[in-house]
Amino acid sequence: MIKITINGKVTEVAAGTTILKAAAALNIKIPTLCNHDLLEPYGACRLCLVEIIDGDWSTVTTSCNYPITKEIVVETESTAAVRARRMVLEMLLGRCNTSPELDRLAAAHGLQSSRFELDYDDCILCGQCERVCREVVGANAITFAQRGVDRVVVPPFGEEAEQCIGCGACVYLCPTGAIQIQEDGEQKIIDRWSRVLELKYCKSCGVEVAPVFQCDYFQKKADLPTDFFDLCRDCRVAQR
Amino acid sequence: MKKIENAAQLDAYRQDCVAERDPDRALIAVCTGTGCQAHGCDNVVEGLRRELAAAGLDDKVEVKTTGCHGYCEKGPLAVIRPEGILYQRVKEKHLADIVAKTIAKGEVLDKLLFFDPATKARIKLEKDVPFYKLQERLVFGDNAYIDPRSIEDYIGIGGYKALAKVLAGMAAAEVVAEVQAADLRGRGGGGFPTGRKWAAAARVESEVKYVICNADEGDPGAYMDRSLLEGNPHAIIEGMMIGAFAIGATAGYVYVRNEYPQAVRNLQCALDRARELGLLGANILGSGFNFDIHISKGGGAFVCGESSALIASIEGEVGEPRAKHIHMAESGLWGKPTVLNNVETWANVPLIINRGAAWYKGLGTEKSTGTKIFSLVGKVKNTGLVEVPMGISLREIIFDIGGGIAKNRAFKAVQTGGPSGGCIPAEHLDMPVDFDALAELGSMMGSGGMIVMDDQTCMVDVAKYFVGFLKGESCGKCTTCREGLQRMYEILDKITSGTGTPADLELLEEMAPVIQQASMCGLGKTAPNPVLSTLRYFRDEYLAHINEKRCPAGVCKALSAATQA
Amino acid sequence: MSAEKISYEVAALYDNNPANLIAMLQEIQKRNRNHYLPRPELEALAECLKIAVAKVYRIATFFKAFNLEPKGEHVISLCVGTACHVRGADKILTALEGELGIVDGGTTDDLKFSIETVNCVGACALGPVAVIDGDYFGELDGEKLPEILRRFR
Repeated sequence: MIKITINGKVTEVAAGTTILKAAAALNIKIPTLCNHDLLEPYGACRLCLVEIIDGDWSTVTTSCNYPITKEIVVETESTAAVRARRMVLEMLLGRCNTSPELDRLAAAHGLQSSRFELDYDDCILCGQCERVCREVVGANAITFAQRGVDRVVVPPFGEEAEQCIGCGACVYLCPTGAIQIQEDGEQKIIDRWSRVLELKYCKSCGVEVAPVFQCDYFQKKADLPTDFFDLCRDCRVAQR
Repeated sequence: MKKIENAAQLDAYRQDCVAERDPDRALIAVCTGTGCQAHGCDNVVEGLRRELAAAGLDDKVEVKTTGCHGYCEKGPLAVIRPEGILYQRVKEKHLADIVAKTIAKGEVLDKLLFFDPATKARIKLEKDVPFYKLQERLVFGDNAYIDPRSIEDYIGIGGYKALAKVLAGMAAAEVVAEVQAADLRGRGGGGFPTGRKWAAAARVESEVKYVICNADEGDPGAYMDRSLLEGNPHAIIEGMMIGAFAIGATAGYVYVRNEYPQAVRNLQCALDRARELGLLGANILGSGFNFDIHISKGGGAFVCGESSALIASIEGEVGEPRAKHIHMAESGLWGKPTVLNNVETWANVPLIINRGAAWYKGLGTEKSTGTKIFSLVGKVKNTGLVEVPMGISLREIIFDIGGGIAKNRAFKAVQTGGPSGGCIPAEHLDMPVDFDALAELGSMMGSGGMIVMDDQTCMVDVAKYFVGFLKGESCGKCTTCREGLQRMYEILDKITSGTGTPADLELLEEMAPVIQQASMCGLGKTAPNPVLSTLRYFRDEYLAHINEKRCPAGVCKALSAATQA
Repeated sequence: MSAEKISYEVAALYDNNPANLIAMLQEIQKRNRNHYLPRPELEALAECLKIAVAKVYRIATFFKAFNLEPKGEHVISLCVGTACHVRGADKILTALEGELGIVDGGTTDDLKFSIETVNCVGACALGPVAVIDGDYFGELDGEKLPEILRRFR
């Protein structure tokens, strides 16, 4: 175990624990827009900046992907850390001004508006959607593409996400609400991925089971009987 | 082809290689580096061979196709040995005279000799030409003597001697210690001590380790790595082999830019020849050391010069940097201990082993030992590659070797360190060039690009050019690098279009430290340098654009009219 | 399907090892007469390497060397590296664009020419320089340009 001091509070953590996690255990909240417990740390939004102090030496660094390997002192609200986070927020606000979460964080950092001319995109490229789809769901339906300022998250070839099973994990994790899922009659639609999925209904009671494509995906992946998803969960249990 | 099985056989082979070549026999070494190729050297080589055959001299005189000699400005270059006569700007129309007069009768063709504008005299010998005279070509010099496609040429000039020395009589730890003692610092950018990298990787227990050569020379304006790979690939292979032995690696990769097809061809040829002779593969020189090298071609991304992105790219992943809280010496390529050095660094290694750390330390300055190859380009008279001891002044490089500013205009700045380096003004021309001095001036060594700028260069435009370059090369992962550089570019664009305000300068200066601190990799961390260094030395120019709506250099189109008005 | 054949052949050349993905893409593009990576090839490649199409697409769009649209028979790579920039590469670009009636990154309607800008081809002493079909053309100026293009028309 390694001793770590965050904002004056002292605790011990296992080697390799990230600063962000260690802070959370101390009930110290560090803002982040790209980190999620389900996902590998990624370090894209650069918002979780903190200051690490070691005697006369100090540095500002991201806390989500910084593994603690020796005794360190961390300040999350030092002038340098807050100033850096405010600039990151100002850059993000210059891109997206329709996210309540971003607005809240900006206000908390004393930032009313961005000096940058708005170059609007509702996506802030945090990559939570891409990672949950790849790391957790395993569908690989969407991906980062291009680079630099042209970077985007899109389905391959920018057309319909043919591998999307319509699970909605990306919708749930998106911090800006850029990804929405709608139901329209017998279809589920994710506009952002140009994805339209036919729904499957229970042969017994008629309730919605899931998109057909999703049923097929899980049926194959888990090697289930081909008629497994013909029934909803309740009817399946009742039949047993 | 019989394999060379031990050091004694290598020596015997070397003697054969030397014996086959009579040092007094006339030889015309024609530079076939990329620069001279563009000047039409292939026709010169063919034409010379044709003329020699016609004169019945073809078995008496050899035409050797070599790699880049460095003096690209004056290409195509031909050096006639053993005298060492340098003919420059050789065209097809000169070839008959070269053979009939110089080769057959020993008459020198004045019109092809270098004309020294200072003394108004023609200079006959290559070694007396000011461009070469002031250099110390320890790493780069062999280029002019060997055919890069001939392993016999390399062995003939003492190639693979250092490898034999290491395999025959040195412990791995001794090799690491020798490189550490030489204080060799990485020639690719940061100047990190090479020996320290090696020692860290050597310490880690692992059956599989890798060495990598970074030949993703992405800095615009720098091409020394290309010229070394094209002109002397075996020196790099030998350096990598010594490094591999020192750290216990069994495989190596050369990550080379796709834009360098000739480098790839010559390297591939060199690897094939080394394998045929048994210098790569299993049980090298009977020592039990096994090692081979693979080529990995890049896909065209500047960020892949960054070590973690480079490794991702070799692994077949997208070239996106990863957080570097764990050192590559412990977990690099495919999670194995890895040492990555650039082309020029590897090429220095045989030299250190052959001549010793003590000798090497005698070159250069206390903290920057050895020599450095610079690519001297831009508005300078003698563009080309120059190798000089560390510690020489910028003035000596630009004015003595480089011959001063093109068209005799006034010097304004020299940009060093690649796109994220800095611009150094005239007041620092006498500063000795080494890793630390350049950093103190707000620039860096980088890979050794030196772009000379004259009084017709607008420094705000230069900053905009570099930020524009970097924003296009940013992988786009970090907010600070992606958004920050785009915003910096927009502001610089505003200033050069005449709509900048004093608040814009403040915003630039507020953003810069955050981009430096908060970006993940070296690209973002150094990207504000061109803005910061031009603001430091040429703030007046920014202010002229903003306050007077005037571009002092007359470059910015939107403002040029205002200047005249 | 003949389009898939190139990917299968190239993948086999590299033992179907996904670590060689970038090299495979380079090879597929090299063998394509319009210097690009058609979608069916990328999908076929993903299939034989047993990796996600998304990954192949990501790499193909990340690296500058890859094209997802057909390119002209002759690709003119104009260097806009620093050394060429200070020697007026942007003026050459404007002239080239005017001469061919396309912009940087574009291809002529007859699929004869494409223009792309590259960051340093390592021939700085010759700046401004362009590479056409592997040949270097140095010390370019507005007068030389039409003459050079004529050779490729």
